[in-house]
Amino acid sequence: MTQGLIILSFALMAIGMWGLMSRRHLIRIIIGFSLVDTGVHLLLVAVGYRESGTAPIVSDRLPLELLARRGVDPVPSALVLTAIVIGLAVTALMLSFAVRMYQRTRSIYIDKNKELRW
Amino acid sequence: MIKRVFALALIVVVAFFVFPLFAGIGERTDLGPVATAYLEEGARALGAANLVTAVVVTYRGLDTLGEVTVLFAASAGVALVFGTLARRSQVERRRRPPSELLETGASLLLPIIATFGVFVFVHGHLTPGGGFQGGVVVASGVLLSFLGGTLTHTPHRLLGALETVAGAGYVAIGLLGIWLAAGFLDPRFLPSGEIGSLFSGGAIPLIYVLVGVKVGAELSGVIDAMRHRSDVS
Repeated sequence: MTQGLIILSFALMAIGMWGLMSRRHLIRIIIGFSLVDTGVHLLLVAVGYRESGTAPIVSDRLPLELLARRGVDPVPSALVLTAIVIGLAVTALMLSFAVRMYQRTRSIYIDKNKELRW
Repeated sequence: MIKRVFALALIVVVAFFVFPLFAGIGERTDLGPVATAYLEEGARALGAANLVTAVVVTYRGLDTLGEVTVLFAASAGVALVFGTLARRSQVERRRRPPSELLETGASLLLPIIATFGVFVFVHGHLTPGGGFQGGVVVASGVLLSFLGGTLTHTPHRLLGALETVAGAGYVAIGLLGIWLAAGFLDPRFLPSGEIGSLFSGGAIPLIYVLVGVKVGAELSGVIDAMRHRSDVS
């Protein structure tokens, strides 16, 4: 289970990196970034998983006494919760930069933008 | 072509170096000492049924305050990027009115979405969910009402006031924790109540309601900035 998730998360990150490096369309680059982001989230959750574990929430199914034996690691879950929100904010900022760049240069392709060349 | 080969080679090199780090991870049966301590004592000490919430709001509460700050910085950045563009009067004229279907659907779904968002952040300490998720749900309702034409002009002053009050309230609750309990963002200055009931977890629900209001207001501001000023003129 854990290994499967780790392989899946690396596959997602690799696809995202490929998108980041091989595409020239700004929106597609941002999609690539989001894929890398999702892969990292998946990796963190997978690292926090334990065998036959469940969400660390006290309920009828998981009374307080069983929590320490059955609950998964809450710290990576909390980290991912944070990372998702930060990812959303960063994506919104990137998209608005993309819109602004298109308005200025009339092109959404990064290789058409000479300002950033060196 | 050569660029793609280079990109592919780079990915392979990165995979080669990262792989050994994770090759040894198998199924875990026991957790680290920190996680075990949280699982054993967290729920009882704080009265929060959802331990992820306990970690986010209390044990790592300072990180969450930083996260709220990052979200604020990003939404301020979006407003800044679009801030210098054309005024809304020219944009408004060209916008197509919403269709009958969208208009009716939006006004039908809006109360349900708003209620669900509030439910998610009020029950953050009991069920999966919390301030951030609830705030995003509320903001999605705002987006729908923009699309459906229910909301024609944005209440900027209300959004600004909500954001300010929620942010200041969050910090104030953190400071109350220093004064009345063990430290910054300690929620135990309110009675922790019975685990699993709505009024439990000390100040955790209060903090999550404030976070939910702040996130909802901030993302509504982002949607508004993109709506008014992102039309290509």
